[in-house]
Amino acid sequence: MNELLTMQNITIFVLAIFVGYHIVWNVTPALHTPLMSVTNAISGIVIVGAILQTVSTINTGIFNITSILGAIAVFLTSINIFGGFMVTRRMLEMFKKKENKLMESKK
Amino acid sequence: MIAANANFTSAAYLISAVLFIFSLKGLASPTSARLGNTLGMAGMALAIITTLLVGHYLIYSLIGIAIALGAAVGIFAAKRVQMTKMPELVALMHSFVGLSATLIAIASVYNTAEIHTAVQRIELFVGAFIGAITFSASIIAFGKLSGKFSAQPIHFNNQHLLNLMLALLILGFGIFYYSQSSQLAFLVMCGLALVLGITLILPIGGADMPVVVSMLNSYSGWAAAGIGFTMNNSVLIIAGACVGSSGAILSYIMCKAMSRSIIAVMLGGFGSEAAADTSDAVQKPVKSGSAEDVAFLMSNADTVIIVPGYGLAVSRAQHALQELTSKLISKGVHVKYAIHPVAGRMPGHMNVLLAEADVPYEQVVEMEDINNEFGQTDVVFVIGANDVVNPAAKKPGTPIYGMPILEAHKAKTIIVNKRSMASGYAGLDNELFYLEKTMMVFGDAKKIVEDIAKAI
Repeated sequence: MNELLTMQNITIFVLAIFVGYHIVWNVTPALHTPLMSVTNAISGIVIVGAILQTVSTINTGIFNITSILGAIAVFLTSINIFGGFMVTRRMLEMFKKKENKLMESKK
Repeated sequence: MIAANANFTSAAYLISAVLFIFSLKGLASPTSARLGNTLGMAGMALAIITTLLVGHYLIYSLIGIAIALGAAVGIFAAKRVQMTKMPELVALMHSFVGLSATLIAIASVYNTAEIHTAVQRIELFVGAFIGAITFSASIIAFGKLSGKFSAQPIHFNNQHLLNLMLALLILGFGIFYYSQSSQLAFLVMCGLALVLGITLILPIGGADMPVVVSMLNSYSGWAAAGIGFTMNNSVLIIAGACVGSSGAILSYIMCKAMSRSIIAVMLGGFGSEAAADTSDAVQKPVKSGSAEDVAFLMSNADTVIIVPGYGLAVSRAQHALQELTSKLISKGVHVKYAIHPVAGRMPGHMNVLLAEADVPYEQVVEMEDINNEFGQTDVVFVIGANDVVNPAAKKPGTPIYGMPILEAHKAKTIIVNKRSMASGYAGLDNELFYLEKTMMVFGDAKKIVEDIAKAI
């Protein structure tokens, strides 16, 4: 059962690498910095793991090694998620600003 | 009921993974990029809400406080950061992913409610190992980028032997953890991986930082995927794999743009072997001119190509340059910007800096698309760039041989603004500066550009 699950994970993993590979080659070089900041935000998905470790146990109650480390990880990944998406948006707004100006000057 | 719940969770995570893929796909063009970013946020929100709904014994108060604090710090940093400081911010964020992955793995090892199978122990080991290396290496990269540590490559004796010893020790403690489930061995292993991250990055010099930042981007993705394996969570695996391959592609592009092999970057040391070259080129004559001369040349030109480098960003001249460009365009001069892939400190950095200064997207051209235009160009204005226009890259035997360059030397007139005759990051002399048709303008980029604009 467990081996099967691991094989399934590896299948997903390998296929996802191919998907990522093909999508990222299409990203225009001008947007490589926003690409990096958005992937920063997306790798904040480890917050899922962090949340699932912020748990209380019957023996130890709320504060135990696991829950404290989990909460710190939730904090750090939240910085990535909010910071990453916000700074990407800020950069993309700069590219947008120019498009609008160009439209105005063409009129 | 439990089965239905599990299906709901899997479906929600799948949708979230698909949203992430669309988010990256959106970045193919500036018009769809903002939608892509929003889809990424939606995917993240869905994944977090799903996790909060399905988790057992979660301490919601603690999670809520941690998210609120993290959000406050993240939004504050995102609003405040200067665009020139983006590489530092990105490096710092890579370190957070790495540290989180390690902390999650340790938390899991200490979690009394979890019993790990043999496969899970291997997965935890790999996840924590990649996470720890990503963390400490990113911190060093951050320090080098922000100037807190020296950007010079730091070499020490037997550095490869030391790294090998560390790797073997890590493996040894990993096997001990695997066979005995020893929590202490796991912690020692994480500690050694932190040290390995530092010893791997210290020998890498400032010039290779675009590669290093991209590489750490890739590592942070693999770390996320590693944690996904330990949790059997598909969204983590998919998102991690996409980020990992994205970073790998960027590293490859950066290496190609600098004609460096990834192995050579990893082993460290750029510029050290080339530093000696500068001495034989000391007293060659250069032609230097004033801002007024440049203004005269530019306003009488038909076509002008501007080659911006990192020196431009350092003196914050991009806004002044944009004003100069508008003045020239209003006089009927055709102006374009030529961007080398490694102009700046990270991939695409120069494009963002120019975007910040309101330079229209259409005026900014990538290297491959503009190189055949230099021959018909009246004036090339090289500002704060050096190695990316060095014709030495075409000569076998030079340290930068094979590096693709912007062929500025083919233009009819070349104007180069530099602070001094000091060599670039590669430590190489640039024969472009000594050409008959080249005029050097010495001084701070911002002041020179402002003076030129005034004189037009």
